[in-house]
Amino acid sequence: MNKNSWILYIGILVFGLVAPFIFPAFKVQLSILCVLIVLATTWNIQGGEMGYNTFGNILFYGLGMYLCASVQVGMFFPLAEWTESGGEKTFVHTPSQFFQGMAAGLVVAAVVPTIVAGLIGYAILGLRGHYFAICTLGLGVAAGEISGGIEIIGAGQGFTTPPFPNIGGLEARGEFFYFLSFGALVLTFIAVRAIYTTRFRLILNAIRDNEDKAEAMGIETMKYKITGWMISAFFCGLAGGIMGGLVGYIDSTDVAFDGREMGVFMVLMAILGGKGTLWGPIIGATLFHFFKEGFWTFFLGWQYVALGVLIVVIVIYFPEGLMGWLREKYPERFGEVIDEADRKAQVELK
Amino acid sequence: MDFLVFQYPMITIQACLDGLLLGILFALIAYGMALQWGVMNIINIAQGDLVILGGYIAYFMYLYGIHPAWGVIVSPIIMYFVGIAIYKLVINKVVDRDLFISILATFGISILFMQLMNFAFGADVVLANSGYGTTMLFDNNVVLPNSKIFSAFISVVFAICLVVYMKRSKLGRAIRATAQNARAAKILGVDTEKVYAATFGINAALCGVAGALISITFTIHPYMGLPYTIRSFMIVIVAGLGNLPGVAMSGMGLGIFEEFADYILGTEFRIGSVFLLLVLILVYRRFKLSRKREYLK
Repeated sequence: MNKNSWILYIGILVFGLVAPFIFPAFKVQLSILCVLIVLATTWNIQGGEMGYNTFGNILFYGLGMYLCASVQVGMFFPLAEWTESGGEKTFVHTPSQFFQGMAAGLVVAAVVPTIVAGLIGYAILGLRGHYFAICTLGLGVAAGEISGGIEIIGAGQGFTTPPFPNIGGLEARGEFFYFLSFGALVLTFIAVRAIYTTRFRLILNAIRDNEDKAEAMGIETMKYKITGWMISAFFCGLAGGIMGGLVGYIDSTDVAFDGREMGVFMVLMAILGGKGTLWGPIIGATLFHFFKEGFWTFFLGWQYVALGVLIVVIVIYFPEGLMGWLREKYPERFGEVIDEADRKAQVELK
Repeated sequence: MDFLVFQYPMITIQACLDGLLLGILFALIAYGMALQWGVMNIINIAQGDLVILGGYIAYFMYLYGIHPAWGVIVSPIIMYFVGIAIYKLVINKVVDRDLFISILATFGISILFMQLMNFAFGADVVLANSGYGTTMLFDNNVVLPNSKIFSAFISVVFAICLVVYMKRSKLGRAIRATAQNARAAKILGVDTEKVYAATFGINAALCGVAGALISITFTIHPYMGLPYTIRSFMIVIVAGLGNLPGVAMSGMGLGIFEEFADYILGTEFRIGSVFLLLVLILVYRRFKLSRKREYLK
């Protein structure tokens, strides 16, 4: 790591820490941006590095969301009565109960999806290519449909998460959730960056480029695929738990297992920025969030039309994303050395 | 969960017959899916949305006083041109690319269609009333709407017509040749671009027929497309590409499965059970193939 990148990291960190005080009106938006970056970055471990394009990370996201809220309520009050009454009307969390519940809930929200990913990983990750994509799509939708039929977590009418407690007239809800999601973002970034410097990343890339050859070279690909998926699941669950508290209301198909929105968003963000790079998903998520908020605000109702067109355009014309385009344009900035003579010889051959 | 199904055999018969008639419709959609998958090597997530769009065409004829059964003729003609348009705009750019690109691009089309249909036709669940009445069987214990029988009959007719067309006509031969080896077909003078466009158009037309029949027998809604895509995908992977009797059989099997899931688990789990079945089938095939160190290709 050279000096410039240190300056960049510290600059971003400082900006992240002061951002909610500079732009107090955008606290919720910034928190959502952090969650989106976490989701895009972890999708990239799967889709970009490993070549296993999944629509199913929404499963872990939604699972984390329900688990966090359920633990937070269930630790202190009967869960069934809470969901039946529609939440806050009958029971009120004291501040200490709220924070204890949130902490425990986030731990559960991160750990349980990881275990689930490990358990189903052996069965699901044996599928390849588009079968994997369709299978994970099916998993996400099935989870949404089934959770919409379970009474104890609110079934069709939804689940209201505990409202943020009022501590001495101080309204700190926005700040709390912003720093929570920013913390998750920093944690994810450090973890992913650390992973990307190890042999693990090379193995994932080998699986992406040619799984049969990787296996022939003596790599136990299944083990690494499951590990990669578990890492994704961990951060997706965490992000889901935070997002549940932030939105304040969980619906099975519209918020938690929202394959039509969040499930596609994470794929799109990673592709927009550039698959298989560290910064690609982060840039992609930021751009996408700006675009999305603009459309959701100014063209309300047409947002899905715009989203559909955006997906088609990105996929057809920019499959390599922004980072891929930059890499094509300035290869030397990415540490790729181009031999002039060799390049000329290639051109002549064509 | 009481096991009513086993105590009253009439319910079992009812579910089986309903499932069979429904399954024939699914098989028709799956045939279109198999056609484009085999010929162009793309998976069309917007398949179900094409079905729903076809259904709305029949529904609009019903609103304007024409009997919706005529939708079976009109809807495929319109949908053929819709299919050609989609091909020219999007699909021809993803044909020779990675399969995931086609999945994602058609996912985009699917979202686009959903929302446009929501604008154009509203978010209500609608059905076109055919006024065909019902047939009673077994001392009035089993009730079959005639519209279901009509739709199964029309599906079979269309499927047979298509099979004959594929076998006999020049275009059908070109489509089959392209499916076997696109490059060789090109060398022998087949305009593969045209074949692809026609294939996608025929697929859309099949979806149009199925949609018109669904609007008569069941209900349609702008957001109901994805389950149809998943069903047809499932039928195709169970039957295999280019195995028509297999498509028909597994379509009917899926129909019966759904009816029983509906009775046993309850209607709220119906779609969920379809998607779970997809996951289970894929996982089952994965384990079956991995015994020979193979995987699904």
